[in-house]
Amino acid sequence: MVTLAPPPPSHRPLAGIPDIARSEFRKLRSVRSTFWTLFAAVTSNVVIAAFAAILLPGQLGAHEKATVDAVRLSLAGLHLAQIAFGVLGVLVITSEYGTGMIHATVSAVPRRRTLLASKAMVFTGTALIVGITASFAAYFTFQAFLSDDSLRSSLADPGVVRAVAGGGLFLTVLGLLGLGLGAIIRVSAGAIAALFSLLFLPPILLDLLPHSWQTDIGPYIPMNAGGQIYLLHHDDGNLGAWTGFGVFSLYAALALTAGFILINHRDT
Amino acid sequence: MIEAIGLSKRYGATWAVEDLSFTVPPGAVTGFLGPNGAGKSTTMRMILGLDAPTSGSVTVHGRPYVGYRRPLFEVGALLDARAVHGGRSAYNHLLCLALSNGIGRARVNTVLDQVGLRGVAHRRCGGFSLGMSQRLGIAAALLGDPRVLMFDEPVNGLDPEGVVWIRTLLRALAAEGRTVLLSSHLMSEMALTADRLIIIGRGRLIAQTTVAEFLRGGSDSYLRVRSPQADALATLLEAQGIGVTRQDDHTLRITGADGATVGELARVHGFALQELSAHQASLEQRYIELTGDAVDYRTVEGTRVPAPN
Repeated sequence: MVTLAPPPPSHRPLAGIPDIARSEFRKLRSVRSTFWTLFAAVTSNVVIAAFAAILLPGQLGAHEKATVDAVRLSLAGLHLAQIAFGVLGVLVITSEYGTGMIHATVSAVPRRRTLLASKAMVFTGTALIVGITASFAAYFTFQAFLSDDSLRSSLADPGVVRAVAGGGLFLTVLGLLGLGLGAIIRVSAGAIAALFSLLFLPPILLDLLPHSWQTDIGPYIPMNAGGQIYLLHHDDGNLGAWTGFGVFSLYAALALTAGFILINHRDT
Repeated sequence: MIEAIGLSKRYGATWAVEDLSFTVPPGAVTGFLGPNGAGKSTTMRMILGLDAPTSGSVTVHGRPYVGYRRPLFEVGALLDARAVHGGRSAYNHLLCLALSNGIGRARVNTVLDQVGLRGVAHRRCGGFSLGMSQRLGIAAALLGDPRVLMFDEPVNGLDPEGVVWIRTLLRALAAEGRTVLLSSHLMSEMALTADRLIIIGRGRLIAQTTVAEFLRGGSDSYLRVRSPQADALATLLEAQGIGVTRQDDHTLRITGADGATVGELARVHGFALQELSAHQASLEQRYIELTGDAVDYRTVEGTRVPAPN
């Protein structure tokens, strides 16, 4: 009788990541929701940029035109795109729990942290490419439809490339925050609600607080911090572009870390 | 080979599985049998590392499942056939699982052929019937050509042809020397498919045996004999040390002798026999006898009441 010795156990947690990442990428692109959320994000970005370029010049006065952040106007579609990216980030993990697919997934990849890391990597890559492309598409669309040169900008101007690419960075990290919350909450509706509460409630609550608190806390709430990366100009009270983005990334990192810790300690 | 030692799982105050020890050997189909809620699925989930045991351990080929880096090559499992992303095609579903273990597209097509789903491979599996979903789940289990296979209630929802197909497949897999663990709450299915049985009730081990042994242990394996001279025949048999119960004027119920012995005795002594038939306890009867105390929900006078825990 021939007995096969079992292969030695793997102690390298990152071993096998390329295979797992290929599997996760196939998962991401083999469901329609991925295509539709990303399509919605790109289209809304571009279409809203076109409308902004056509309608805004007639509505803004000369002083406003001189002081307004024209790059921000071209990225107005981010307000819709962020919802799409957030939902997609959540679904990357919660759709597995919702359908029960997680059982097959964890049976195939019992090292759950490696699994979650692979999911985050694949989502990050996809979101960066689509998000940055969508932002530049919006920027160029805005320039193309602009009839008024006073709002025109160039990629050569200081900060413009950072702000436009920043739109894509913002969307990606927002999606990762969704992925982290999804890993913690495991239910699509709950995680989506948590994500958008975290993003949209603090600004409302902040208005109810005393003014001094507003200036102390305000810059650090997720949307204020994260939004700096796609702004050309920064108010004195707010964080700088990269500092703000760093704080925003910290929120995502915290959520993902909590998801990382929990995933090994819960039954699926 | 699957080995569980003192396996226990508690949910809140309820022990779903309690101190369960068993071995599932290679080269046989082992039936994992118990009433609904007995802890079969929980046990299978612990084997796969989906649920962590509260205490005890379970290993596959001497190692915990979670220690395998490419576990699809070791264990193939079908837990819940409906647990797939309905928006994904059958092909993509299998490919997603295959890629994570470094298994290629050719193998995906092979298992699709094996379960007869090649023709619908590119249809979204959300629209599959339960039978097709079961086939898809079995295809997933076969991806890594594993030495251990586990199926949780695989015949549920299958048409008769599908049931025969699964039975044949499981027998063939065991004949190739693989370890096959098959759960069911249907004794009749086990009688046809399994070689060995692990019977649990309320999370505890009731019996671990072979199907043949299990049947022999039945309390009511007996011969039924009808003869016009039943009384005289009974006296003769009793003199031979054979157990006889008189059922009516002409019918005897005989234990402790086989049909050939009784028939030969009757012939030698010139008794006329009108009937000589062997009655064996059905697996179903034995099973109900054994698990009678371990059923969580039973029908009492037409009312469904949960037994106190």
